[in-house]
Amino acid sequence: MDASERKPGRLVAAPENFLTAQGRSRRSAMANLLGGAAAGVAALVLGKAQAAGYAADPAHLPPHVPPWSQDLGKPVGTDPYGLPSPYERNIIRRLSPGLTTTSQSSVAFTPLQNLFGIITPNGLHFERDHNGRPDVNPYEHRLMIHGLVREAKIYTMEDLLRFPSVSRIHFIECGANTAMEWGNPAVPTVQYTHGMLACSEWTGVPLSTLLDDVGFDAKKAKFILAEGADGASLTRTIPIGFALNDVLVAYGQNGEMLRPEQGYPLRLLVPGVQGISNVKWLRRLKVGDEPWNSREESLQYTDLMPDGMSRQYTWIQEAKSVITSPSGGQHLLDKGGYYQITGLAWSGRGKIKRVDVSTDGGRNWRTAKLQEPILSKALTRFRLDWRWDGSPALLQSRCIDETGFVQPKMRQLREVRGTRSIYHNNAIQTWQIDAEGKVHNVQV
Amino acid sequence: MCRSDRLRALGFAALCVVGAAQAAGVDYRLGREATAQEIAGWNIDVRPDGQGLPDGKGSVAQGEKVYTAQCAMCHGDFGDSNEYIAIAGGVGSLKTDAPVRTVGSKLNCATTLFDYVNRAMPFPHSKSLTPDEVYAVTAYVLNLNDIVPANFVADRDSLLKVKMPNRDGYEPFPGLSRIDGRPDTHNTACMHDCEKEVTVTGSLPPNFIAGMYGSLDDNFRGLETMNERVPPSADLPTMAAASGRDDVHVLIQKYGCVACHSPDKKIVGPAFRSVAEKYKGDAGAEKRLHKKVREGGSGVWGTVPMPPQTAPTEADLVAIIQWVLAGAPEK
Repeated sequence: MDASERKPGRLVAAPENFLTAQGRSRRSAMANLLGGAAAGVAALVLGKAQAAGYAADPAHLPPHVPPWSQDLGKPVGTDPYGLPSPYERNIIRRLSPGLTTTSQSSVAFTPLQNLFGIITPNGLHFERDHNGRPDVNPYEHRLMIHGLVREAKIYTMEDLLRFPSVSRIHFIECGANTAMEWGNPAVPTVQYTHGMLACSEWTGVPLSTLLDDVGFDAKKAKFILAEGADGASLTRTIPIGFALNDVLVAYGQNGEMLRPEQGYPLRLLVPGVQGISNVKWLRRLKVGDEPWNSREESLQYTDLMPDGMSRQYTWIQEAKSVITSPSGGQHLLDKGGYYQITGLAWSGRGKIKRVDVSTDGGRNWRTAKLQEPILSKALTRFRLDWRWDGSPALLQSRCIDETGFVQPKMRQLREVRGTRSIYHNNAIQTWQIDAEGKVHNVQV
Repeated sequence: MCRSDRLRALGFAALCVVGAAQAAGVDYRLGREATAQEIAGWNIDVRPDGQGLPDGKGSVAQGEKVYTAQCAMCHGDFGDSNEYIAIAGGVGSLKTDAPVRTVGSKLNCATTLFDYVNRAMPFPHSKSLTPDEVYAVTAYVLNLNDIVPANFVADRDSLLKVKMPNRDGYEPFPGLSRIDGRPDTHNTACMHDCEKEVTVTGSLPPNFIAGMYGSLDDNFRGLETMNERVPPSADLPTMAAASGRDDVHVLIQKYGCVACHSPDKKIVGPAFRSVAEKYKGDAGAEKRLHKKVREGGSGVWGTVPMPPQTAPTEADLVAIIQWVLAGAPEK
């Protein structure tokens, strides 16, 4: 093994390491866009000058002893609710510039490029609201269940916390995840391409338990309407088969109560189904015999086909995967260095059976290692050892779920659905590594 | 009436999972009976067959008044605003490369328009309209889309007879609605020599990232760059800052001011800083703005009216106006 092969694989974060702090705001970013190329050229020169790494203070390194090894630390319990290290403060949800017209009906994306394993930390679970995020008082929150039932009932949160509970790990993916990529690559990082995705351990009452408790009409009931307590009072139709199978009325998220961004104090959890069906701030469930055709299942959240027809009630999130590292915006520094390719795979139809990875744009594939646990309708972490030989590469992942369904290529999706259907883009993602090791979002 | 027969063809019955229900379940003695009055207050959903439509009615002319006062500032005088979501126009565009999804071009049921306005609009103050006002606004928006005539009066019966232009524009697709549905893509798990040629067909334009996103450095964890990167810069939103913003910033969010105003740019209403500029040195400005916010008005910044704002407490409103007149400082 020569010297270069012994070097660890290094990544630098991004090519654009030249902008000032102000450059990060959307406003000045837009101004830069409009301001012409001159500023860009100057910035690139600066970029080279600043490419050097973190200058560690030699006094903090062996054989010396850093101050944190000598000083008395903070008292225990200084942070009664713990926070990440200040050195992690850039690990945050982000809004995609220019995506939405208001900040209340908008989305903040999960930084998938920064995460390990399959569980999304609660503070990083993506947030999609339609009329802003309410602060619901749980002592005054009520769940009403009525419609085709023997006895319409109202439950307090205290009631719901007393029912027999279950905990299960499931992903939630917005139906519009990867929507911006139908026509062309449109965003730079996996946070924006795939970040309307999260996975948590959810705790709650099986909806079937509550439906039994109100004595739902098993003969007539075909659908459930779920409604939120937010300004949108967002509604979605849930087929009764799903409702009785694995739907939860959930209050717990990774061991604590739901975060407000995820529907505190109560949300519906409809495993494997479009994120929007997992109605947040759940206030009402109505048992009925027809679908409701709500705005969010007619004007929006329907798949527009090339012939102008819209596919309606397309609930299921089909199998999909993405490599989260190396991914768009990163920079591989070491030719011949070792890099672990890692990413996530999931299916709304069950478990992930296999993930294959290609480094040559889909010509040849190798099967990745799957990290246990491999759970139904949950994220599955995959990994593959890789040594980058320094030549340009095209990284892809392709998953197969337990039904045998193989994640499609972008062009296969377009052949059937065109480029305007917004929802359900589960295409294979391609990350291009150029000769300098910079990683770009491309399509092949 | 809105069609739902196509969707019945989905064969939903097959979705039912037998056996999940425990008929003779435990009597948990939790929860209590919902009274008819309680249910009536929350039971607002309206189905395509008209179930759920309340008593009441409203004309196009009445709807115009409500629309002008409560809706036009975001959706535009004729519903075709580019600022927010257009609700009129775009008929025939769904087959094109630039589909416009509006009430006229895409929505299949007039009942859904009623349901949505009734539950979620006006954006800053949802559920504030009376049933008559919702009927009226529904009539007006249908008229804006040339779906009903100017003398149309919306009520429970007339809404069901409205023929939406795209009423036949929806179809079921079991491949995505049934767990055993047949997918419409058919990739195979080929392992070797799967593609003859691989060509990059799409990539981001040069300078796009720098222009739209600025630096992406902070999007990545410095440690994973093997000490090539510095720790996160100090100007990022910190955890403390995120939870403890200035009071006024919380207030302008809470009361929905930011739905139409921003500190430094025109959205629907003027930028806060433009307001400060206009009234600079005007001793009576605070009092006049106070009245304007409380009672609503238009004319100063164009024809788009500002609706009356009753929600802010007196103290909060004073704080907001003083902050605006101070030039809407960041901190």
